[in-house]
Amino acid sequence: MSAMNNQGRPTGAGEATSSNSIQTYTGNRGLRLEEPLIFELDNPGACGVDLDEPDAFTSRLGSLERKARIGLPGVSEPDVMRHFVRLSRKNYSIDAGLYPLGSCTMKHNPRLNEKMARLAGFGDVHPLQPQKTVQGALELMDTLAHWLKELTGMPAVALSPKAGAHGELCGMMAIRAALAARGEAETRTRILVPESAHGTNPATAALLNYKVDEIPATAEGRVDLAAFKAKLGPDVAAIMLTNPNTCGLFERDIIDIADAVHAAGAYFYCDGANFNAIVGRVRPGDLGIDAMHINLHKTFSTPHGGGGPGAGPVVLSAALAPFAPLPYVVHSADGFKLVETMGEAKVDGTDPFGRMVAFHGQMGMFVRAVAYMMSHGSDGLRQVAEDAVLNANYVLASLKDDLSAPFEGPCMHEALFDDRFLKGTGVETLDFAKAMIDEGYHPMTMYFPLVVHGALLIEPTETESKKTLDQFIGTLKHLAKAAKGNDKTLFTGAPHFAPRHRLDETLAARNPVLRWQPAAPKQAAE
Amino acid sequence: MRYLPLTENDRREMLGVIGAKSVDDLFVDVPVRARRAGLVDLPKRKGELDVDRALSAMAAKNVSAGSVPFFVGAGAYRHHVPSTVDHLIQRSEFLTSYTPYQPEITQGTLQYLFEFQTQVAMLTGMDVANASMYDGSTACGEAVLMAHRVTKRKKAVLSGTLHPHYRAVVENISEVGGYDVEALAPAVSGATEDIISSIGDDTSCVVVQGPSFFGDLIDLRAIADAAHAKGALLIAVVTEIISLGLVTPPGDMGADIVVGEGQSIGNGLNFGGPYVGLFATKTKYVRQMPGRLCGETVDAVGERGFVLTLSTREQHIRREKATSNICTNSGLCCLAFTIHLSLLGEDGFKRLARINHANAVKLADALATVKGVEVLSKTFFNEFTIRLPRSAAGIVDALADKKVIAGLPASRLIPNDKSVENLLIVASTEINTDDDRAAFVAALKEVL
Repeated sequence: MSAMNNQGRPTGAGEATSSNSIQTYTGNRGLRLEEPLIFELDNPGACGVDLDEPDAFTSRLGSLERKARIGLPGVSEPDVMRHFVRLSRKNYSIDAGLYPLGSCTMKHNPRLNEKMARLAGFGDVHPLQPQKTVQGALELMDTLAHWLKELTGMPAVALSPKAGAHGELCGMMAIRAALAARGEAETRTRILVPESAHGTNPATAALLNYKVDEIPATAEGRVDLAAFKAKLGPDVAAIMLTNPNTCGLFERDIIDIADAVHAAGAYFYCDGANFNAIVGRVRPGDLGIDAMHINLHKTFSTPHGGGGPGAGPVVLSAALAPFAPLPYVVHSADGFKLVETMGEAKVDGTDPFGRMVAFHGQMGMFVRAVAYMMSHGSDGLRQVAEDAVLNANYVLASLKDDLSAPFEGPCMHEALFDDRFLKGTGVETLDFAKAMIDEGYHPMTMYFPLVVHGALLIEPTETESKKTLDQFIGTLKHLAKAAKGNDKTLFTGAPHFAPRHRLDETLAARNPVLRWQPAAPKQAAE
Repeated sequence: MRYLPLTENDRREMLGVIGAKSVDDLFVDVPVRARRAGLVDLPKRKGELDVDRALSAMAAKNVSAGSVPFFVGAGAYRHHVPSTVDHLIQRSEFLTSYTPYQPEITQGTLQYLFEFQTQVAMLTGMDVANASMYDGSTACGEAVLMAHRVTKRKKAVLSGTLHPHYRAVVENISEVGGYDVEALAPAVSGATEDIISSIGDDTSCVVVQGPSFFGDLIDLRAIADAAHAKGALLIAVVTEIISLGLVTPPGDMGADIVVGEGQSIGNGLNFGGPYVGLFATKTKYVRQMPGRLCGETVDAVGERGFVLTLSTREQHIRREKATSNICTNSGLCCLAFTIHLSLLGEDGFKRLARINHANAVKLADALATVKGVEVLSKTFFNEFTIRLPRSAAGIVDALADKKVIAGLPASRLIPNDKSVENLLIVASTEINTDDDRAAFVAALKEVL
């Protein structure tokens, strides 16, 4: 008998029908809302701002006045609000659940950091107003530099790069400048890059016209030391190595690698994307590294924002420090001073290779990172690395018998699996990942690193609780068991419960539609 | 520590599952001499209140733009950003999501990127735009590299209209890539003839900023014709994107690539970053474009959806053969741009541009009445250059003591050049009131 309350309203769950068999009038499915493009909401005459027309004046536009319609839609404030709120609900986020993307360090983003970045003294200052009116902003930059130098054991840092890949470019430019100062820019033309490297590493080397030479990995997932040494020579400019590497492993031979690189007269660039594993416990400066970028949006928790903005400061060894780009902050008799021209740098005794960006870098990210660092302190940051590594090892240990792990542990901050456990099941890594979406998770990084087949790279980060991890582990065990039991129902056509089914990426690339176009005007009725 | 959920009990249990005695066992692969036993020499953890106090004290040492009559532009502009913008970009689903690599659960991000690309293409008068670059200056550098790929030539001509920082960024990326740059002397006005005469048969592209660094409006048509006649591309740079509400867009004047700084729409000054680089071009060049692109497609049941596309240009697929090493865009800043521009709409955007222009005209007229001041810019949008009777840097410094932030002395970015020493570049946007302008004029009279 179905339950009712005393007004006669049924209070039971009723009879379930397959959700897919019902077509709604709107296309919405309860809280799963469809939303047109903003251009399709155009209501000519509506406007989301109130601005008064200026008093009459004589234009100084000469012959360059724009007269034609731009094509922007008219939408009121409440409708703009609703549009973007509805769009937001189609997104997964770290605030809403575990986001175990390997190599991406999706950790909690504290809102204190957002508040600090919005203080008028930081958010509402212009990069080119007189320096005496921005002493606090320069102090903030100097504070960030100090923390980064202490945490890495490196003597200098270039703050201006706008993202990790931009930081790589900056570090490699500093290396190139140091080689040029030695008269070896033309003779050292080769960069050694492990085959497990992030794609940005070879792309960066290519931007500088270097020849990229791949170093093979050992069966243990680390750089093959002997093969690496065999590739060294007088034409090598640098090695670009990620440590901990993209298999989630610490490069055990890193000091030997650094020594060999230096003995060959080359420099050691380290990709610092995985710094979260070692912050507060290992200092790159103690490993013989010459340059390393730090993704403030990974280790220091500035929000990823759907793909940026990031920030990629680069710490530099004493050998590279003089070549750091403009601008940089120094202490002077009048307080903090921003050195922003070659002339000032010459007086300061440095030899910058040039400038990476207009202005001074991602100040908004600097403030957030400093707030994060101050909150943790030296003790909290060390705990970050320990808990990140502990969480990853817990995932690895709990799943290694259900999934398949290509390398022995312990791992660092991320656990790597391959697709051997799916062999013969007809389920691919991609299907497995898409089934995770139906279970309410963002999938892990898939098919990277390239050195293992069908890679599944899981980085839980330190801000996940044991209870969250246990549920996640239970989910993956459940899915692995289903796949091995030849039950493909969870995988075929997954995801079923997301705002969209799998999207046709081939169609998108073959016939690129990269912008909205107004419909062709209807022909007038005869 | 408030951000760390594991308890000591959890840690013990988890180590048990792993089969490790202590967390040190997990760091065994670190060479012994690099293992740090103690803490680094930095302060220990702080509660929220203490961090707030420390950083608020630092922030309080700055003169914020909103607290004084403020007239600095030069590539970053103070505009009013509606409250809705900052609320929406702080929604968890936008703020704390990653690059939309799983399109089924990131349609929110992908759809606004598609809207952003459309808006940028419309404003610039171009066919297509990408999903943003780091900022205007890096977009400019990437545009030059793209022109080299398209034309298979290696020399860029940078006009004297270009922001000196943009010029420095292009020179830097060109130098390491083995490309040539011919940079023309800073041009306060009348740059067109010099630009045209510097375009040669080996020129890959000519880079022209309009409104120029000094505020001048630039008619690109003759330059575009001259460039195209020599097989070169015209790269137009727009650092004040609000200008496109009132000024003929580069796409209508023959530009092949338009790059710009989008900060003025939706984004605060933030002492120089994060900002949002705009990049637009013609359809025929789309596969040579750097950066992320979002495209429309359908899902397995035929419903419209969006995905990142043409990624065979990008580093994670192409590695050393990629069009660029760029891995991120400026996602949340594009979102702010898209929301603000949606609120403005056609009417609001154009009116905002007219207000900016009117305010700059009023200010220029007011400053022209001050003895010893000469307004050099004949045509301009919301920024113009004046010549002062002596070093502009000293005058700006003195005005700052009178709580007026007067503009940018050109010498700060163009040092050791006598011809610009007395020049002041002044911007006036919708934020400036009649009182602000009166305060500027009064303070300037006192200082001169």
